Amino acid sequence: MQQKHFITDYKKVQGLGTAHDGVEHWWLQRVSAVALLFLTPFFLFPFARALGAGHEAMLATYASWWNATIAALFVITALLHLRFGLQVVIEDYVHSRPLRTGLLLANALFTMAAAFAGVFSIAKIYFSA
Amino acid sequence: MVELRLPKNSRIRTGKTWPKPEGAKNIRTFRIYRWSPDDGDNPRVDTYFVDTDDCGPMILDALIWIKNKVDPTLSFRRSCREGICGSCAMNIGGTNTLACIRGMDEYEGDIAIYPLPHMEVVRDLIPDLTHFYAQHASIMPWLETKTPEPEREWRQSIEDRKKLDGLYECVMCASCSTSCPSYWWNGDRYLGPATLLHAYRWMIDSRDEATGERLDQLEDPFKLYRCHTIMNCTNTCPKGLNPAKAIAEIKKMMVERKL
Repeated sequence: MQQKHFITDYKKVQGLGTAHDGVEHWWLQRVSAVALLFLTPFFLFPFARALGAGHEAMLATYASWWNATIAALFVITALLHLRFGLQVVIEDYVHSRPLRTGLLLANALFTMAAAFAGVFSIAKIYFSA
Repeated sequence: MVELRLPKNSRIRTGKTWPKPEGAKNIRTFRIYRWSPDDGDNPRVDTYFVDTDDCGPMILDALIWIKNKVDPTLSFRRSCREGICGSCAMNIGGTNTLACIRGMDEYEGDIAIYPLPHMEVVRDLIPDLTHFYAQHASIMPWLETKTPEPEREWRQSIEDRKKLDGLYECVMCASCSTSCPSYWWNGDRYLGPATLLHAYRWMIDSRDEATGERLDQLEDPFKLYRCHTIMNCTNTCPKGLNPAKAIAEIKKMMVERKL
């Protein structure tokens, strides 16, 4: 292979150095996984029960502070977990820097917007009950 | 993006079938990857027949037999022929391993031999390992101390020495790193299992005084956290070591120092 810049192998490996980042991401990915283990059933059962029972039943379900809190926590945790998971997939497989930066931003914005919309909807039902 | 197909000039074609040894009673068939930088040809897979009665029992013996008796242009690295130099790492029967410590009788049917996966090939079974070695050099693979050197030696208890078992045996053959999908996709930045195992080996050495600096150096989404516990490294290690566990221990230490 033709050498264009005469950069040594050691310099290539060093790159821009260490980002001093990633521990939080790794730790929160695991913490959110454990949290979801508990949150998912507590969210899913009341939600599934209300699902086929019409509008009124759904409103009644989330008029309960317990159901509303669990649902809000579930939405936040699940979307945080999704964001971290998708981030890893993007970093692994997308190598073009502009595309990667764009996708990472889109991922962050989408999950944040979805979490906000979810929590807002739950709050709206709870407070208008 | 991830490359799901080999580049056009890397696609492998069917190569030459070399003549069978005359008068041989027991023959094993080898299908071996060939590529030379000297012609513009694509890589090809040549077929060789080895007379196992005339040849030692290991895969490396067969390769040397082919080189001596059939085709002197077949190129591969080898040195110690006893699993301690790490030179003859290659992909045999679909798994990265050392040709010298694998017997032909461990394989059924034709034996396929390729260079270590997803590396640039220098020639035939010889991969370019310069980047891999530079990565190893980057983690300070030596005893780092600040305390003035003692008059006699750095002492270590038997118990602490035992912590290095399962780590010090690594011969840097690159079988693990080149079996790792994360290393395939991001090997330019991800250090890979072999280098991380060495990093851990120095972190838990009771005599080493640079544990914190070593952790600092690895605290990076790409250098360390591309490891997704796929475990190919541990499955393939010809020395029976567990790089995946070493990496997991590093990740644990990263969290421990925050809590």
